[in-house]
Amino acid sequence: MNQPLTNSLRTGPDSRGRFGEFGGRFVAETLMPVILEVEKAYEAAKRDPAFQAELKTYLTDYVGRPSPLWYAERLTDLLGGARIFFKRDELNHTGSHKANNCMGQILLARRMGKTRIIAETGAGQHGVATATMCALFGLPCTVYMGATDVLRQSPNVFRMKLLGAEVVPVTSGAGTLKDAMNDALRDWVANVENTFYIIGTVAGPHPYPAMVRDFQSVIGEEARAQLMAREGRLPDVAVACIGGGSNAMGLFHPFLDDEIVRLIGVEAAGHGLDTYQHAASLSRGRPGVLHGNRTYLLQDADGQIEEAHSISAGLDYPGIGPEHSWLHDIKRVEYVSATDEEALDAFQLCTRTEGIIPALEPAHALAHVKKIAPTMDRENIILMNLCGRGDKDIFTVAERLGVKL
Amino acid sequence: MSRIAARFAEVRAQKRGALIPFLEAYDPDPMTSMAILRGMPGAGADLIEIGMPFTDPMADGPTIQAAAKRGLKAGATVARTLAMVRDFRAGDNATPVILMGYLNPILSYGCEKFCDDAAAVGVDGMIIVDLPTEESDMMLPFTNAHGLDFIRLIAPTTDDARLPHVLAGSSGFVYYVSITGITGTRSATAEHLSAAIPRIRKVTDLPIAIGFGVRTPAQAAEASKIADAAVVASALIDTLAADLDAEGRANTGTAQKVLDQVRALASGVRGVAA
Repeated sequence: MNQPLTNSLRTGPDSRGRFGEFGGRFVAETLMPVILEVEKAYEAAKRDPAFQAELKTYLTDYVGRPSPLWYAERLTDLLGGARIFFKRDELNHTGSHKANNCMGQILLARRMGKTRIIAETGAGQHGVATATMCALFGLPCTVYMGATDVLRQSPNVFRMKLLGAEVVPVTSGAGTLKDAMNDALRDWVANVENTFYIIGTVAGPHPYPAMVRDFQSVIGEEARAQLMAREGRLPDVAVACIGGGSNAMGLFHPFLDDEIVRLIGVEAAGHGLDTYQHAASLSRGRPGVLHGNRTYLLQDADGQIEEAHSISAGLDYPGIGPEHSWLHDIKRVEYVSATDEEALDAFQLCTRTEGIIPALEPAHALAHVKKIAPTMDRENIILMNLCGRGDKDIFTVAERLGVKL
Repeated sequence: MSRIAARFAEVRAQKRGALIPFLEAYDPDPMTSMAILRGMPGAGADLIEIGMPFTDPMADGPTIQAAAKRGLKAGATVARTLAMVRDFRAGDNATPVILMGYLNPILSYGCEKFCDDAAAVGVDGMIIVDLPTEESDMMLPFTNAHGLDFIRLIAPTTDDARLPHVLAGSSGFVYYVSITGITGTRSATAEHLSAAIPRIRKVTDLPIAIGFGVRTPAQAAEASKIADAAVVASALIDTLAADLDAEGRANTGTAQKVLDQVRALASGVRGVAA
């Protein structure tokens, strides 16, 4: 009667927070007790029907789930191959998939009695989502954001401030997501008694990679059910962009055991993989330890972390979630890349063809869809996570297109 | 007996606490950094902690972040830091040297090779900030094989239930991170320390060093009286940084200024003698 679960790829991490050799809890002793406390609280919440019911209510009535599954017919016709479906997570409240995770974590923080929230942000999507949930629940919020990103994502900075959050520009390093995460961890060390750190991606020390994945898996679960209802079948390919990898993990996880579904993660190739200006940790990095977990990192021969580059602030990170590193090594997920230029082209294509302005992050995923759809048949289905809307990026895009606003 | 154990026994015999000054390797250049290292025992350092620069020092405040940045700019690597210890040992075979750093450069060098080479050049112990007890099995077989002390960190957040877990099998000394915070930002009160140190003593017979927020001779005296040693880092780096020119270059007197401060701290610690 009982099916052995040993063949499932969905049972990780192990009790040490490892996915194969990746993950773990590499934090200073000051944080270890709180990491263990978060793990214990999350395990209890996960099993508590009341917590799950509360989360579902907020996701439905406040975030706006389920997000629609959209058949991108004009794009399909234009590319002349596989049928392309968008999972419309850009329609969530706050405009990206980040709301799924923030809602889950803030409910956990409240359950734990924490009275102050901190977060890091790259593009500002996670920062805006966190600031939004903090406004909703009346909790003080401090968001660390690289000074470079503060400049290139100014609309989101203003949004966060309107929502009542304090935005701290981080000037160490290159002033991007990695540096913001360093400073958020430093804040947490200093305020560990009352503060909950809402990490925005499937990285950080255990239990964050698993917890964020669980909160984001609603994307893949819904998409799976929606596609089954509409087409009576699973997709042939599921595609998502990868910075830290939360939207991809959320899309992929419910399909991990469906061998017939090809899973493709698209890293940011920046100016190109053979330049030093990209963010392709899996394609060009090697395993190391940063921000609490063992994973693929962009680093030099001496183990010093290198700066990532991408036109998309949300993908501009020299690491990647540990579960992706494992899925890469066991070859369950294919990891490819798209350059800044390819993402810009896809951004414009999506806007004109489907009337949807995508964020530059999912524009990377679309750039890959553009490459593979024409090589497939009309009977095939590509499912792509359109994880964020592009309003925040119009200034960056205008500048790259030489348009003065 | 290891150098660390021998030194703590000597200091204890003198009825005083130990001073453990810190320097960041290659900050701001290899010559100045080496001059500080060589001069520290003469200035009264009982043990020496050498920071291994890392791009992302998550437990450190702005002062040590800047020091790491200067060290890296000056070309610091794990191999070159080990070479500094080798050169130091040519003239000093008694002062214990502890390397402090973050895991990734060590992982990149190779945990086993790192311990082999560290032992060979005369390193006595190491503090790896982001390698908590839960993950330390990746390093312990190699430190143990060479008799290197893997120094455990205890924080104010480490409760009584967790203390024995963290301290199981520890050696050398115990490093008490006296504040919940990053380096160089705040100082613990004497009341806090007077409550915290006995709590740790119940679990271990090892000497206890107090770090984070120890800046002045008076604070060093107090910390080494309540515990067994005081670690001073950011205050020394501040002195070094204040003496650099606009391009971040050291002056001829920079090392001496740092060493003068070590001397003042050492006399603070020695003033404790009953």
